[in-house]
Amino acid sequence: MIRAAGETENAADDDDPGGVAPTFSALLEDSAEDLYEHAPCGYLSTLMDGTIAKINTTLLGWLGFERAELIGRRRFSDLLTVGGRIYYETHIGPMLALQGEAGGLALELRTAAGTQLPVLVTSTVKRGSDGDAQLIRITIFDARDRLAYERELLRARRQADEERDRVRKLASTLQQTLLPPVLMTVPGLQTAAHYHPASVDEVGGDFYDLFPLTGGTWGFFLGDVSGKGAEAAVVTSLIRYTLRAAAVFEPEPISVLNNLNTVLHERFLAGDARFCTVIYGSLVPVPDGCEITLASGGHPPAVVVRADGTARFLHTPRGMLVGGVPNASFTAVTTRLGPGDTLLLYSDGLTEARTTGSSDRYSEEDLLAFLATANATGAAEVIRVLTDLLRGFGDGVEDDTALLALSVPGSDS
Amino acid sequence: MSDVDVSSRHNVTVIGRTDGPTVLLAHGYGCDQNLWRLVAPVLAKTFRVVLFDHVGAGGSDLSAWSADRYATLDAYAEDVLEICAELGLRDVVLVGHSVSAMIAVLAVNREPALFAKLVLLTPSPCYLDDGDYRGGFSRADIDELLESLDSNYLGWSATMAPVIMGNPDRPELGAELTNSFCRTDPAIAQVFARATFLSDNRADLPKVGVPTLVIQTAQDAIASQEVGRFVHAQIAGSELVTLDAIGHCPQLSAPEVTAEAISAFAGAR
Repeated sequence: MIRAAGETENAADDDDPGGVAPTFSALLEDSAEDLYEHAPCGYLSTLMDGTIAKINTTLLGWLGFERAELIGRRRFSDLLTVGGRIYYETHIGPMLALQGEAGGLALELRTAAGTQLPVLVTSTVKRGSDGDAQLIRITIFDARDRLAYERELLRARRQADEERDRVRKLASTLQQTLLPPVLMTVPGLQTAAHYHPASVDEVGGDFYDLFPLTGGTWGFFLGDVSGKGAEAAVVTSLIRYTLRAAAVFEPEPISVLNNLNTVLHERFLAGDARFCTVIYGSLVPVPDGCEITLASGGHPPAVVVRADGTARFLHTPRGMLVGGVPNASFTAVTTRLGPGDTLLLYSDGLTEARTTGSSDRYSEEDLLAFLATANATGAAEVIRVLTDLLRGFGDGVEDDTALLALSVPGSDS
Repeated sequence: MSDVDVSSRHNVTVIGRTDGPTVLLAHGYGCDQNLWRLVAPVLAKTFRVVLFDHVGAGGSDLSAWSADRYATLDAYAEDVLEICAELGLRDVVLVGHSVSAMIAVLAVNREPALFAKLVLLTPSPCYLDDGDYRGGFSRADIDELLESLDSNYLGWSATMAPVIMGNPDRPELGAELTNSFCRTDPAIAQVFARATFLSDNRADLPKVGVPTLVIQTAQDAIASQEVGRFVHAQIAGSELVTLDAIGHCPQLSAPEVTAEAISAFAGAR
């Protein structure tokens, strides 16, 4: 057996401190040599080139080799699987060479019987008194149980990753069914919309739509259901088809909201305490533009940006949340869009965003001031500048945000 | 790409004689530029030595890494060219270790005019066996490696703990090692391992048009002597040196002879 200098240290064996209890006598018979050979872990020492110089009985037992088959004949890396050998060459070897130690590494040993033994390996370089590296000492722990546990953790982590991807896909697919895939084009008008989900994991609660009715008239709406996620999505879907059906049945905006309120309130009474805010609008083409009537149920006021750049709210006072009470009252407002005028509907994700670098919230007044100075004409341009604004808020946009704009092209375009 | 400049992105270090020829050292799979620690000071006596970390390794800017970009060796070769461009390097002696030997081949083939010479340290153009070609590994072997990287996935945090045994005789290997050396984000290690061990660059070897030195070791579990001879045979006019050293990293196991071999070739007229 090759033995390196300084390897033969013997534990205290005969200097009885006196008065030791008989139960310790067995311990005193223990020796460093016996501890080395039969330790509950594997010990291995190699020369600097990896040649095995010393190995304990425990490890030989695990591996099923005879001592003579290994000492001076095999390198430590010969005991590893091919993958482990590459890992040893590219990671462990360099760590030992440069920092004298490599610890806590998971490898697999190949036993004489050809089976694989998962182990945890810690190595240190032993240096002589002159500082020269002499040996690599390797301690090896049986990691079968540990490996099974870690594989389980890894499997759980991968499964969680997959689940997350699946949930995101589901959320985005569901979201798409709640929004028009392509915004319809109204003859003689420009239309544009933008949707910003606050979370990739959940379906947002904002919605909008634009659809044709009889006689060249159109209906449109934009709203916000309380809450988010799958349950909110169910209500959003209900609202969407109820509004469309109600508009065919009785297209006048206040009637549309009354019908929606009846449907939602029934659900509300049945135990799903969800409500929404929404602006519903009807659009009737007239020469050089269109006439718009809006009814609002508790939703932030629409904005009209006129051709001359001025911006103002279309207030609909006293409009109540939809679905919360049996006979909610709604108010309507009518305006005419001429060439160069734009109507904007939005949700409070925009007006309640935290502005960059402060705890202040953006506000409806800020939005009005922004649009008055943004010099944006036409639906597409207004949506573009607002999309840029939202992007500038970054993480400050904490809620879903929906934007819908309609405009009459300017006389010069 | 990232907004960070190329030098920060790659943690570029320049040492040695400012008036000497430029030697650019590219580290291989597994660790970072620290792998050159024992040879760089020797080379620095004669050369201007430029060291860097590949994106994803060591002190590189991890935000510049993406699984898509770094899925093939081409991206690494592009990075080498960007480093040369940013530092204004000319007549470069490019030294690539392990997988960086093939990265170096790709870089030299793209812009031969930038490079004076090429040194391939323990190179392998293809790790997989293919017909008569003996790369040394089967697909199952490489899958096993990828698997073993996964089993160090969770053990990784323990490895990252800054509990490094004291090196009283080598105090220069201090704190910086605890941060980066040989420790790679497991996701990045997976992608780099795939790019390294599954690529086949045999067809790129005959295109090398600069003087080339191939350095192999007497015993290398990753790139065999047979593979070294193959590389030498495929690059017309190349020289082959077999060092009396063990292992895949002769710059660590035999730094003096490795530095000597690089110096002699790089310094020769």
